[in-house]
Amino acid sequence: MMLAALDSMDWPGLARVATVLALGGGYNTSLVMIGVAVLGFASGIVGTFAVLRKRAMMSDTLSHATLPGIGLAFLAAVALGVEGRSLPVLLAGAGLAGIAGVGAVHVMSRHTRLPEDAAMGAVLSVFFGLGFVLLSYIQTLGTGAEGGIAKFIYGQTAAMSEADAIVIAIVASLVVASVVLLFKEFRLLCFDPDFATAQGWPVGRIDLALMGLVVIVTVIGLQAVGLILVIAMIVIPAAAARFWTEKLARMTIVAGLFGAGSGYVGAALSALMPRFPAGGVIVLVAGAVFLFSLVFAPRRGVLSGFVRHALLSLDIETQHVLRRAYEAGEAARAPGSVAEAVRAVEIDSLSITRSWSPPRRAVVLLSLAARGFVSRRGGEVRLTSDGLDEARRVTRNHRLWEAFLISHADLTPSHVHRSADLVEHVLDPDLVSRLEDELRRGGKLPLTNEPMASAHPC
Amino acid sequence: MKLSTFLQLDLPAMLAALFATLACALIGNFLVLRRQSLMGDAVSHAVLPGIVIAFLIWGSRATWPVFIGAAAAALTAVVLIELVRRYGRLDAGTAMAVVFSIMFAAGVVMMEQAAARNIDLDAECVLYGQLEDIIWLAPTTLASLLDPAVWEELPREVWTLFGAFVFTSVVVTLFWKELKLASFDPALASALGFPAGRIDLALMFVVGIVAVAAFEAVGSILVIAMFICPAASARLLTDRLSTQVAISLVLAAISAIAGYLLAAFGPMWFGHEHSLAASGMIAVVSGVILAVSVVAAPRYGLLARRFRPEAASAGTAAAVRE
Repeated sequence: MMLAALDSMDWPGLARVATVLALGGGYNTSLVMIGVAVLGFASGIVGTFAVLRKRAMMSDTLSHATLPGIGLAFLAAVALGVEGRSLPVLLAGAGLAGIAGVGAVHVMSRHTRLPEDAAMGAVLSVFFGLGFVLLSYIQTLGTGAEGGIAKFIYGQTAAMSEADAIVIAIVASLVVASVVLLFKEFRLLCFDPDFATAQGWPVGRIDLALMGLVVIVTVIGLQAVGLILVIAMIVIPAAAARFWTEKLARMTIVAGLFGAGSGYVGAALSALMPRFPAGGVIVLVAGAVFLFSLVFAPRRGVLSGFVRHALLSLDIETQHVLRRAYEAGEAARAPGSVAEAVRAVEIDSLSITRSWSPPRRAVVLLSLAARGFVSRRGGEVRLTSDGLDEARRVTRNHRLWEAFLISHADLTPSHVHRSADLVEHVLDPDLVSRLEDELRRGGKLPLTNEPMASAHPC
Repeated sequence: MKLSTFLQLDLPAMLAALFATLACALIGNFLVLRRQSLMGDAVSHAVLPGIVIAFLIWGSRATWPVFIGAAAAALTAVVLIELVRRYGRLDAGTAMAVVFSIMFAAGVVMMEQAAARNIDLDAECVLYGQLEDIIWLAPTTLASLLDPAVWEELPREVWTLFGAFVFTSVVVTLFWKELKLASFDPALASALGFPAGRIDLALMFVVGIVAVAAFEAVGSILVIAMFICPAASARLLTDRLSTQVAISLVLAAISAIAGYLLAAFGPMWFGHEHSLAASGMIAVVSGVILAVSVVAAPRYGLLARRFRPEAASAGTAAAVRE
């Protein structure tokens, strides 16, 4: 049924999409796209710090808390004889209510035994409930204004006027400028608040400044995406940017660009397709960016994590094979040198390879062969001379680490083998040479050349 | 106001509100203690797409499809939040905000599609519920309330919520010891073989069921308020878990009844003829109760802390007694 619905829709042609994306979709559409992009840029930048400071749900609380402010501002304006629907009045009310909400959470979580999450949940729901009561009252006044106010809940992007866009642009620029000015303070707040406190920074006030900026972004975002989804504009671009970089300045800019891009593309798609409300579409575009980042980001992404993990396990498997081959050669006590004995070992007959499933064995052997450590000679897979060197190095690492653990880490020999197994694969050359020095001084360095004494019988 | 109007319109709505608030407040005690309050928020937002999909597939507002859709969405949300938190290495709050806002946005977009095909569904009722639409035509006089046949016609929303309350009570009674242990000493609970993580998951399951059962009648905002406010108020008034749960239920009942009456009849006292939003008003009353507790609770309130700081610190030490 849903698919049928999608089939029956008028999909815009590619040319039309390109025209709209290039700001050729008419004045209003272009205005909305630019306005939302600017908003997305500012919210992404502020969101970076909100996310790093673990204030995502606080931002959510705050945006829900704006609703009664909007209702009260409307009622106050009507009582004073001002046009109740004027945007600055409503947004001022929203801002004040947001600040009141933050204050209430602060009092409850700092000065009573209630945990912060309960304080946030209470403020969020009670303020929103109050806002809803006020809306239901405004509805009974019969001024026809309720539609104008209810739009803040789900947003009404298409209604953005030129004046609104200019307000958004000015406020967003001020927000970005404040972030630039307070960059150092925010960085400390996010990464080392304790250090900042010890250095005499007013951490509480910096925190409030950050929350103040979140309030401002929320308020200008209300009209565009609505107060339930404005949280998405703050949190999602920043959370997506976190996957791409470890540097704060870069993350801030990436988050801003993700926010701007989501807003721009989302507004365009919404204009292209009837019945796709802009607020929801913008958030879904941001969500797609997040999902892409989560999966495909080069270092922190899930996929790269899987690949890294698979490569590391393959590395570990190949090293196990090499060490087992070496040990088998040592144990063989064949006439001649250990090196010859090791090179004569049939890799296929090692117990470790025989216990594996055929595909797993094939992959490991392939990886060994690709690195030139084994080759097939006379129908049997045996170590090459490179393989012998590598096997010697791996075994040596293993025994160095075992010896180190026994002599320095106070582990009983019976426990050593397992942990040596886990760590030896990630020893870097630097650490190896330090271990060697350490052990040489104690006269416990396993010999480099054969016969290599085992630290304990494996 | 005629008595029959009260019995037919106000009584069923009040009963629905009462059972919804009792069920929410009961399980809310453990949400507050386990510091999982915001999961209630996230889950109740995230059910939206599930509800819309159920509507689109079945094309009706029948209880079971909606219930199943919402429950599936709630479960999806809990799982996704955990996945994003673990694989994205993000903090729990960020993971929650990302997941529920995307799901909610998907719900909003799908809802517009549904509206295009004249399916009666609006986002407002998901947020605010439709307490005022619960009508019970059977009772006409007080005496008729004694007739079992009249009770058989009690609207299904009320039965659903009554069922949710009974279900929650049974679960809490059966797992009282485990819940208590996990709430106050998760490490000990794990050591004794009740892993706190698994108890949290079970807690989320109950929360999901309650949220789904309650939101249609009372809306997700009231559900969140009732998860948290009565339990948080009670937490400020006592150190004993059993007392806390009892107090939270009483406060929830007071909020439901006082909130409903204020919304339905309050405006009349000021000469208005229209009633206000009941679910919002109940949330507000529970918020006022919480605010009073925060300020004036005998031991943990702001005033007590200000004037008897030694009492507060002694109280903290005794907080985990029981």
